Amino acid sequence: MIGFPLFPEVASTIASGVDLLYFFLVAITVLFSVLIFALIFYFAVKYRRSPDRKAQQSEGGLGLEITWTAVPFVITLVIFTWGSSLYIANSRVPDRALAINVVGRQWMWKIQHPNGRSEINELHVPVRQPVKLTMASQDVIHSFYIPAFRLKQDVLPGRYVTMWFEPTRPGEYHLFCAEYCGTYHSGMIGRVVVMEPEDFQKWLGGVTEESPVQTGEKLFTNFNCVNCHATGALQRCPQLGGLYGTEVRLEDNSTVKFDEAYIRESIINPNAKIVKGYPAVMPTYRGQVSEEQILDLIAYIRSLTPVKEQTGSATKSTEGR
Amino acid sequence: MDIYREHYLNCSYGVRSWLLTKDHKRIALLFLMSITLFFFLGGAFAVLIRLELLTPQGDLVQAETYNKLFTMHGVIMVFFFLIPSIPSVLGNFLLPMMIGARDLAFPRLNLLSWYIYTIGGLFTLGAVFSGGVDTGWTFYTPYSSVYANSHVIATAVGIFITGFSSILTGLNFIVTTHKMRAPGMTWFRLPLFVWSSYATAIIMVLGTPVIAITLLLVGVERAFGIGIFDPRLGGDPLLFQHLFWFYSHPAVYIMVLPGMGVVSELVTCFSRKRVFGYSFVAFSSVAIAVLGFLVWGHHMFVSGQSPYAGMIFSFLSFMVAIPSAVKVFNWTATLYKGSVSYDAPMLYAMGFIGLFTTGGLTGLFLATIAVDVHVHDTYFVVAHFHYIMVGGTVMAYLGGIHYWWPKISGKLYPEGWARFAALVVFVGFNLTFFPQFILGYLGMPRRYHAYPAEFQVLNVMSTAGASILAVGYVLPMVYLIWSIRYGKTAGDNPWDATGLEWQTPSPPPTENFAATPVVGWDAYDYGAKEEEKELQVV
Repeated sequence: MIGFPLFPEVASTIASGVDLLYFFLVAITVLFSVLIFALIFYFAVKYRRSPDRKAQQSEGGLGLEITWTAVPFVITLVIFTWGSSLYIANSRVPDRALAINVVGRQWMWKIQHPNGRSEINELHVPVRQPVKLTMASQDVIHSFYIPAFRLKQDVLPGRYVTMWFEPTRPGEYHLFCAEYCGTYHSGMIGRVVVMEPEDFQKWLGGVTEESPVQTGEKLFTNFNCVNCHATGALQRCPQLGGLYGTEVRLEDNSTVKFDEAYIRESIINPNAKIVKGYPAVMPTYRGQVSEEQILDLIAYIRSLTPVKEQTGSATKSTEGR
Repeated sequence: MDIYREHYLNCSYGVRSWLLTKDHKRIALLFLMSITLFFFLGGAFAVLIRLELLTPQGDLVQAETYNKLFTMHGVIMVFFFLIPSIPSVLGNFLLPMMIGARDLAFPRLNLLSWYIYTIGGLFTLGAVFSGGVDTGWTFYTPYSSVYANSHVIATAVGIFITGFSSILTGLNFIVTTHKMRAPGMTWFRLPLFVWSSYATAIIMVLGTPVIAITLLLVGVERAFGIGIFDPRLGGDPLLFQHLFWFYSHPAVYIMVLPGMGVVSELVTCFSRKRVFGYSFVAFSSVAIAVLGFLVWGHHMFVSGQSPYAGMIFSFLSFMVAIPSAVKVFNWTATLYKGSVSYDAPMLYAMGFIGLFTTGGLTGLFLATIAVDVHVHDTYFVVAHFHYIMVGGTVMAYLGGIHYWWPKISGKLYPEGWARFAALVVFVGFNLTFFPQFILGYLGMPRRYHAYPAEFQVLNVMSTAGASILAVGYVLPMVYLIWSIRYGKTAGDNPWDATGLEWQTPSPPPTENFAATPVVGWDAYDYGAKEEEKELQVV
């Protein structure tokens, strides 16, 4: 038997805020439980049945009813306000967050760092550095759960979800799948390794793998995306350089943010949101491209700079065909 | 010893007379036998789950088997025990008698309800014994609709069928309460059990069709590959969760509201007092039924639902806590200056109030979004809903069975054993489920076949508690059956309780009342009862 903890480790910037609210709730629970238990016990003993006393009837009292409706109402309002504002504050992602991709599948977590280093069921991150995870599932719903960070997010097939954290203490922490996902659900576990920044850099540089941008560039060619989307091509399709993070105008004059979710949707279901002024000619890549490949393609598209600066090389590559 | 008197049990004999009966009391007993069977079957699965969790390694059964065990435990306990328990047994038996009617409005539909329940149950049992199902009782898509390799469709069909039993019972209760009340039995003279059964019936009728349709859609996607929930087919997996919880959260109130009704009857009888704040207790049932339909999204705070939707659901979830709190305060106030006795039904009622209070207050943690992000899908949730459903509903159910047993069987149960069993259940329950709150905050996810070693001590405590709890549940089954043959004759009104059901012989005649009663008093008129007694003494 190894230890007998009664409280989880505290290892992220948001954890102690959540714990404080938790302790407040524990206090409310204890207060009301003790109140109810004590009253029941006291009344049951004091007014126990005896031959020389009979029950004293009462209809109730409006004052009491109002009191014990209003007091819980006010208390729940306090908890609601506290809980919701903490939640909103906790979900605001800092700008300088390190972007890491996560793909869940039965029954493992695949994690990919921006420089191409990937790992399975382990997530190495530097301490005191905000990290933003962009996550998708290849099959069923999973849930990425790190108890020491007090964080959990369901990971869905067919769309991206994000979550962020900033670890505060180096160490190793549990990583669980919290949404039941089939036979080896309880085996879909791993660890989060929080390291000092210099150790993390060493770890990160330890292996030379192709970066997602490089992989994405190859995929961009192999899937023939380049035929239409490269600069100087037939101009049937929008040029992708510099679009990431901007708002693009659609056929119905509404706008959509050109982000991970939009790029992913446009690969899987190209006709869902057509950019204004272009024909709906793109075929779907549903079933041909894996979640990891989509993430690589996104990394590549993000890396593209606005059209003018790269005219030369892109033109060359299309002319070759 | 007794003079022969014809009543609902001895008016006719033979299997046929039971299987074709239209008497609500006999149908209640048919339900009692069926749900008891399912309760012990579901309990047997729970025993295996707890034994597996005794050690951190998955060593007793394989992962696949473990997943089937918790799924079938959930499916059977929720759909085949908790939902029909109090309404179909106690509600069926008591509702007509409490309002002075000779039966429910539609006796044939009532019998049909039992047959539908039985057919649905057999379907589900068939699925269980031909290999089982491993999706969890929540059937989350796309796992259930595409990926699971177990008997999803057969189980879903079983639940689908049983749903109609619920709808028919609900319909019967609503019409009966509106149309069959005895002269003078106005809405505000109704016993609170009738109010809570009425509120429950509304949820049954409005909510159950939604789960039926949802499971049908899962079956359609699974069998024909029509895209509804699987994103690869153009579906939306979260749509399933919305539809599922739109029924399944109100279903929690189907399970607990009737229990609250039972407790109102018990607390008043054993403190010899009219309930404190009758109309507040009555309307809080209705408020729970209405608000219960608006809080389903609190099961989806981390699902990817919009944070603003999450906040609205969080707020409404806090609001539904208030009528529950009002009930608890009113029951407690009813004891004040009462004349409290500690008969077994009262021990169960006090157990209910204590455990329901704990269950309700821990619900606040789950309604608080920032905290729910951490405890969602952990053992904290498991502990919370067992406090409500087992600590609450099962305690109330057992309390009610003991309280009305003399009326049902005509015999008294052995009081000493019954008090002992109530105590065993209370202790066993707390030892089983309290450690799970701590496990949950530590981060142990639910539905885990194997778990990290540091969680073992708390799991061992929980398993130890479960063994005590099992004894507590087997005891009443033994001595209640024993009492049918050997128990003392109960008499018409052994508790000296108010309520029309006690003004008829035990066991009641088939037609309940020799003449339709005329009601000229309020519910729980214990003041008048006590004065009556005093006059007799003088």
